[in-house]
Amino acid sequence: MGLFILRRLGVMLLTALCLTFIVFWLTNLYPNLEKLAKTQGNFRMSDEAVSSYLGDRGYLQPMPVKFGQWLGVLPGWVTEQEDGGTFGRCFEAGTPEEDRPNRCGVIQGDWGFSTVFKDDVGPTVATRLALTGKLMLCVLLLMVPSALIVGVLAGMREGSKLDRSLSTFSIATTATPEYVSGVIFIAVLASSKFGLSPLLAEWGWIDGKTLFLGSATSAMADATFWNFFLPVLTISLYGMGYIARMTRASMAEVMTAQYIRTARLKGVKFGDIVLKHALRNALIAPFTVIMLQIPWLLNGVVIVETLFNYKGFGWLLVQAASNNDIELLLAVSVVSVVVVLVTQLISDIGYVYLNPRIRIS
Amino acid sequence: MEPLTWTGSLSGLNFIFLLVLGLLALSISVSILTSLVPSSGARAVNSDGTLASDQGLSGFINMITGYLFYALIALVLVYLVGGVFMGPAAGIFGGMAQQFLPVWIGLVVVFALSVTYKRKLGLYGKLFDSTVGMIGFAIVLFWVLTGIMGGVFDLLITHDSLSQVSGMKNKLPGTPLRGAEEGDYQWFLLGGDNLARDVFSRLIKGSWVVVQIAPMATLFAFMVGITLGLPAGYYGGRLDTVLSFLANLILAFPVILLFYLLVTPEIVLTGIPNYMAVFLFVFPLIFVAILLNSRFYTQPSVRTPLLLVVLGVLGWLYLSLISSDGAIVETDTYTIPGLPAFLDGFDLDAGILVVFVSVVFVNSPTVFRIVRGLALDIKTRDYVAAAQTRGEGPWYIMLWEILPNARGPLIVDFCLRIGYTTILLGTLGFFGLGLESESPDWGSTINAGRRLLALYPHAAIAPALALLSLVLGLNLLADGLREESLRD
Repeated sequence: MGLFILRRLGVMLLTALCLTFIVFWLTNLYPNLEKLAKTQGNFRMSDEAVSSYLGDRGYLQPMPVKFGQWLGVLPGWVTEQEDGGTFGRCFEAGTPEEDRPNRCGVIQGDWGFSTVFKDDVGPTVATRLALTGKLMLCVLLLMVPSALIVGVLAGMREGSKLDRSLSTFSIATTATPEYVSGVIFIAVLASSKFGLSPLLAEWGWIDGKTLFLGSATSAMADATFWNFFLPVLTISLYGMGYIARMTRASMAEVMTAQYIRTARLKGVKFGDIVLKHALRNALIAPFTVIMLQIPWLLNGVVIVETLFNYKGFGWLLVQAASNNDIELLLAVSVVSVVVVLVTQLISDIGYVYLNPRIRIS
Repeated sequence: MEPLTWTGSLSGLNFIFLLVLGLLALSISVSILTSLVPSSGARAVNSDGTLASDQGLSGFINMITGYLFYALIALVLVYLVGGVFMGPAAGIFGGMAQQFLPVWIGLVVVFALSVTYKRKLGLYGKLFDSTVGMIGFAIVLFWVLTGIMGGVFDLLITHDSLSQVSGMKNKLPGTPLRGAEEGDYQWFLLGGDNLARDVFSRLIKGSWVVVQIAPMATLFAFMVGITLGLPAGYYGGRLDTVLSFLANLILAFPVILLFYLLVTPEIVLTGIPNYMAVFLFVFPLIFVAILLNSRFYTQPSVRTPLLLVVLGVLGWLYLSLISSDGAIVETDTYTIPGLPAFLDGFDLDAGILVVFVSVVFVNSPTVFRIVRGLALDIKTRDYVAAAQTRGEGPWYIMLWEILPNARGPLIVDFCLRIGYTTILLGTLGFFGLGLESESPDWGSTINAGRRLLALYPHAAIAPALALLSLVLGLNLLADGLREESLRD
């Protein structure tokens, strides 16, 4: 088992390295750099001005060298200007010679400087990640229990009315991407002119103008049911259908097993059969699915944070990518790749632990 | 002129419609509740094998649910047929029903023909045995016909999808056209968007973008996935390790980050999408060449002309697809020449090419994994061993023994994946990537409409519902196909 985890960790590291290099390469292509120079300097720069701007800031070195510097295995670039000032990757102009570090990269814990937010990448990503963590936690708290309940209820009596209605419901949710359900929810529940809110306000059932708030910006400081429920519901709904269908399939399979029939013939109550005999075995497969669903939630997070204007990790990704903020984008992709790989690892290990029939020596 | 209401002169039916809808919802929830309580009156099997119908409370409720459902369908049909004959006099729904008349005719013809000959049509015919499958197929066919008729032949639209009409900005559905002339359609059926364009016509034009790209992109992704997945699963070993690592690499990328990296104007300038197109679009060629060669290589007199003709046509299509203006890759600094312009069959818009390539790129690793898994499973079967003993080549076994036996899950996944590709296209549009901002596709329209969502929701709701219904239809179709293919 230890060896298995070690090997997986090695593959993970290799994958993360390859992926960050791809991101690095794509963001460092010359047209991207040119755009960066023009947005940072001014839009009417001549070609020479662009190349001297980029050259001074170390952007025109060979790709592997730049990547090594970002990683922190190679010494950072140093530029000496004509007026005698010296600045480099690791220090600003005017730093005394003895205080200048040689290397600064990810290995040294320095994630670089964001050109969009004019701030260090590390703290920026950390604050945004905390906000998204709040969102994800609420999503998981809503999505997982409801998906499991729907799946178990549908799967315990295959082919019944309940099964058919719940299965249709889960198919419908998997067919509704976040940008569709979010738009519908805002129009129906959070618009002061259309949908349910004007009706409810007229009857005096709600205090404010709308049932829910269509923007989650205020939820960043203080999340309430009123301003936070719609984004959470929008993300949960899309992921829920898939987990529910997997749970249903696994539950339906377990319910046809011999030991369930034995329990029935013994005269055990149906409720007890479902809760005590079937449930534990039926939840092995959904566990894997839930873990593998988390990377997919990341997509939902990007869409929903854009739609509801919640300035978290997804919003950061969009900002970094649309402005070609290289170091921020690299940090964002490292985080998301690590999330993907760690959830895969947890799902594999958890599957082995939960399922006594599988042993990895 | 008066603005149209939703149902116009058929409004008298609305109360009955709502009543039936409410009663149906009530009876379904009651029947679910009663099904939780086991009752002695449930369906009983007699000793001679016949079934006795439900009795008692649950049977009664089921009967009522059935009747209410039929009543609801009948009412919807009344709205539709009334709309077809009365047009805008029957409100916005009536107007739309009349505009969609060619689609209705097409639907009825296809369904009539298919149901009549369903026993001769294989898996497609069996689809008409399952209600869910039929509903899904009807929805998908509706949008396909809408896309073709509206997008290619300009049949269904009421106004030009790009022209702006003064005074129609953000107008509600059913607003009469200001300053309408004699030949114009007199209303904006689904209102105007924030640039004063007709939402209804844009909806129809947008369906063509989806109907055009999504199935083709999925097909290409399947070609890539099959051509690489079969040998990975069949041979295993180092080839499998390398290919699986690459597939996992792509899968570990968040899709949106990948789109942002690939589908920006700066990346298009470097020509990377063109290189990817050259690489990804060659797989159908390889696939067909191996498919035919492995089957007919024992009869060179058949094989050689067949391959020449098929590969000639496909090669021309391939070269036309990847080259535009006589160049495959054209950047500021260098140009790779391609098919000269006079031989070029068709030009793909650069924006569409990028979208197409990135969607294929994102989808193919998943297909690869599915095909690899299926191949791993099927290669242990007896008929594969028999073929190996006969001395068949590995490619023959992969393409003519393993692939046909994996077709059931692959067809189902194909349907699901078209839906997923539709969602991806919408995502691209939602972030304003790839297609130009005035493109009528549903994702871009949702993106344009979402800024004024709380005040004028109709511009974003219409494409959102359209996308929802198409993907739902594809999911139901896949479900029906799965049910029917499991049956045999």
